[in-house]
Amino acid sequence: MPAKRIASRLTYNEHTYLSLTISKIMAETHINGNSISSLKIPKIKFTKLFINGEFVDSVSGRTFETIDPRTEEKIADIAEGDGVDVDLAVKAARVAFDHGPWPRMSGSERGRIMMKFVDLVEENLEEIAALDAIDVGKVLSQGKTREVPFGISVLRYYAGAADKIHGKTLKLSSQLQGYTLYEPIGVVGHIIPWNFPVGMFFFKTGPALAAGCTMVVKPAEQSPLSALYCAHLAKLAGVPDGVINVITGYGPTAGAAISSHMDIDCVSFTGSTEVGRLIMQAAATSNLKSVSLELGGKSPLIIFDDVDVDSAVNLALMGGFANKGEYCVCSSRIFVQEGIYDEFVTKIARNSKGITVGDPFEPSTIQGPQADKAQYEKVLSYIEHGKRQGATLLSGGKPCGEKGYYIEPTIFTNVKDDMLIATDEIFGPVICVIKFKTIEEAIARANSSTYGLAAGIATKDLNIANIVSRSIRAGIVWINCYLAFDADAPYGGYKMSGFGREFGMDALYKYLQVKSVVTPIHNSPWL
Amino acid sequence: MAARRITSLLSPSYAPALLRSIGHCSGKSTSITRFSTAAALEEPITPPVNIEHTKLLINGQFVDAASGKTFPTLDPRTGLLIADVAEGDAEDINRAVSAARKAFDEGPWPRMTAYERSRILLRFADLVEKHAEEIAALEAWDNGKPYEQATGDEIPLFIRLFRYYAGWADKIHGLTIQADGPHQVQTLHEPIGVAGQIIPWNFPLLMFSWKIGPALACGNTVVLKTAEQTPLSALYVAKLFHEAGLPPGVLNIVSGYGPTAGAALCSHMDVDKLSFTGSTETGKIILELAARSNLKPVTLELGGKSPFIVCEDANVDEAVELAHAALFYNQGQCCCAGSRTFVHERVYDEFIEKAKARALKRVVGDPFQKGVEQGPQVDSEQFDKILKYIRSGIDSGATLETGGQRFGSNGYYIQPTVFSNVQDDMLIATDEIFGPVQTILKFKDINEVIRRSNASPYGLAAGVFTQNLDTANTLSRALKAGTVWVNCFDVFDAAIPFGGYKMSGHGREKGVYSLNNYLQVKAVVTRLKNPAWL
Repeated sequence: MPAKRIASRLTYNEHTYLSLTISKIMAETHINGNSISSLKIPKIKFTKLFINGEFVDSVSGRTFETIDPRTEEKIADIAEGDGVDVDLAVKAARVAFDHGPWPRMSGSERGRIMMKFVDLVEENLEEIAALDAIDVGKVLSQGKTREVPFGISVLRYYAGAADKIHGKTLKLSSQLQGYTLYEPIGVVGHIIPWNFPVGMFFFKTGPALAAGCTMVVKPAEQSPLSALYCAHLAKLAGVPDGVINVITGYGPTAGAAISSHMDIDCVSFTGSTEVGRLIMQAAATSNLKSVSLELGGKSPLIIFDDVDVDSAVNLALMGGFANKGEYCVCSSRIFVQEGIYDEFVTKIARNSKGITVGDPFEPSTIQGPQADKAQYEKVLSYIEHGKRQGATLLSGGKPCGEKGYYIEPTIFTNVKDDMLIATDEIFGPVICVIKFKTIEEAIARANSSTYGLAAGIATKDLNIANIVSRSIRAGIVWINCYLAFDADAPYGGYKMSGFGREFGMDALYKYLQVKSVVTPIHNSPWL
Repeated sequence: MAARRITSLLSPSYAPALLRSIGHCSGKSTSITRFSTAAALEEPITPPVNIEHTKLLINGQFVDAASGKTFPTLDPRTGLLIADVAEGDAEDINRAVSAARKAFDEGPWPRMTAYERSRILLRFADLVEKHAEEIAALEAWDNGKPYEQATGDEIPLFIRLFRYYAGWADKIHGLTIQADGPHQVQTLHEPIGVAGQIIPWNFPLLMFSWKIGPALACGNTVVLKTAEQTPLSALYVAKLFHEAGLPPGVLNIVSGYGPTAGAALCSHMDVDKLSFTGSTETGKIILELAARSNLKPVTLELGGKSPFIVCEDANVDEAVELAHAALFYNQGQCCCAGSRTFVHERVYDEFIEKAKARALKRVVGDPFQKGVEQGPQVDSEQFDKILKYIRSGIDSGATLETGGQRFGSNGYYIQPTVFSNVQDDMLIATDEIFGPVQTILKFKDINEVIRRSNASPYGLAAGVFTQNLDTANTLSRALKAGTVWVNCFDVFDAAIPFGGYKMSGHGREKGVYSLNNYLQVKAVVTRLKNPAWL
């Protein structure tokens, strides 16, 4: 075990990333935190493409390696899907949509099948969490107690939503009667990232399934395992063949084929802003399919003078270093008001050393390795940029150990707004602590970013909370909390962080077409 | 008599001790031959269930009534005792309300996450599914409805209701509101508190689900008074609810009578909300008691005299079958029964002939016999009342096409009865009979049928049978009723709101609308300083 070990566990680990709700869910799902070390790394059962209810090789017969980020060794050879395989998957999804039972059964029946699917996921929670841990270095205990249970709650939410898709009857201005029908949009392409592989799988498929759509899912090439496993569970639960298809493979081949496919009606993507742009272009040049994008961020956490500094420090550590900084809403810009700045800096430097970096299967680990070599190298290069451009390295800044993609939790101070580490999404355990004076200044600097995904505010002052939450151009604002995701709380981006929302009923509407039906009426006693 | 030999559906090992109290039915089969009698009435079939719960359920415990009194619940097939049930009165209502109050003010139920509440509702639905046969047997036994209808219709709808409301629990949304001026406004939808609910005997389980589902999904606590005719199934399922994880005091059940237990609940000063399903007459009393006590809001789902309109372009065979089901389903004991069958003059004669033939084919018999469509009426009071209305129909000059008498010589069975040539002012055309009595009226044009349909103090439901789009649209908008079924009837999905215009009641049950019955809306208005936008 190469990683540095620090005995004391940090208090922020006691905070849940996903709010109190999730810790209650965790209690209900009978997680035994002490059983982690006894867990064997799971046997990899599914490595082929999942098309029309069957696991099949890619047409080309090609495979790619998925790598264990702890050891840089191969876990398994995975079928490498490309355009031809996407065609087959779309054909299956199209038949399932045009002729199959899924959009034709009642929402209540779809909800029942989805509930069965969730129950199977819950039964196999440990194995699913372990697949993501081995595939992208996610801390196993966090997967078991947070990500997978949260994914489960999201899937249950949409199972319960499937029979609650309401159109409206309309108030028309002449002798007409009208109503709106919310119809499933058709075949959906989901392209999902590697940072929350199984969570994203449910966030995307949940609302699309509830809506009555069929779909082709492309998981990231770094993390194909849990999606294939879940597709298998969906089949066991009774999701009809062709409704969920999974094509593992690369973006420029399989992903591009989905984005430009003439028979896909909607594409939903989570990932980098750069790739989001390509997807939107492909949609525009092909069939103008509707697009929703959940992209990058450089989210501010704004801490005001009136807060308790210790809890603000913990909030910043959670927001900045959860999931090794590999998540789109990472609070990578910590704005701290000048009155508490020095105290804050001292304390965050000290507390960040309590983050145990290590093997994700070890119970004491808080931070695992970065997902792959490319990410690892990218993060280290940003750290070098930071130093070179004159920011002060407060703590961390180096790789950990000799093997695997481990990086120390890294904090910069004296960061200027135009430094690369303050403008770019690093997607690693690197945060910038920035001093500010006034509320107006904090708002202006927080908003001066091409991104607008999330924001955090730490204050006891009601007016500050209200002013800042309305002023920040971001899709979700957390006040005195961070990462408080909930199945019922929509989130998504302003500006170049994307468009469309995940979660809540808003996400469901992405997968529905609205049709107005209008007909003349005669002799109505009211209009 | 078609079927004298009864092959018991049931294993004898299920026979409860209590059955000993049910007398052996004597008496020869009657000479009635017109109605299909698949089941002999002489030997009631032993229901496949034990009666385990006959006490009041207060604060998670089954307890005797404070007075120690009990009342008999009777088998409508024979009029004999099924079980003695604890008879709650005002004192028990007080105990139940304080348990519910404590569970609401201090207990975990309104304080847990909606997701957790939904999990408990889902687990409850699963448990009911597992015990469906026993629950259906209790329901059929206590109420007299065909066991096959209880298992095939009522229990699946019950389960569906709870799964549906489980899905609402975490989707109860207030609004953020743009007000004039620098204000931030949000509405919080809060549980209303302790709900008092009074349910009838015609669909004991279904009514349980309509009331309890939304009340609990919203985070309220409840005191439920069941009908004295049918106390058993609610107690059974409530036990399962607690097994599913419902905290004590959240759901309390008091069996007993309206004037004692029911009245105490309605006038209780610590009950925040009332919801009642039953007769219009009782509904008035309930509203009055609420007004005199603490002004608690009241949801009422009351009587009806719902028109079923068969237009000239209707497929007569389908219309006959649908009109038959609309009236005779559940022994005619439905608040929304299609009890005024308006038939266009061009198809009237054919309709009468076929409606009569269909009624003659209706299979009346022991509810536990396979293939039975109609069991006994719920009790002697209903039985007598229905026969009185039948006599009144004959006396006032309507034509009795078929039926008109009791069926057999035991229990509360009534022949499927059809009247034609019914005039609007006859009692059988104005009053809610709540029995297997179809009254058929003739009409000429659409405006006439709209006027006559609406000339009733009731406005619960209506059926429209036509292939013409304009007719369907015109009638759906013109009929003053809470539900209009077009080319269907009695479609009772969880998502479809149901309730009355006029004296058929206030408010809506089921669907998203029902949540409003159990929520308080609180507007939170905060003054904004320097808002970025308004």
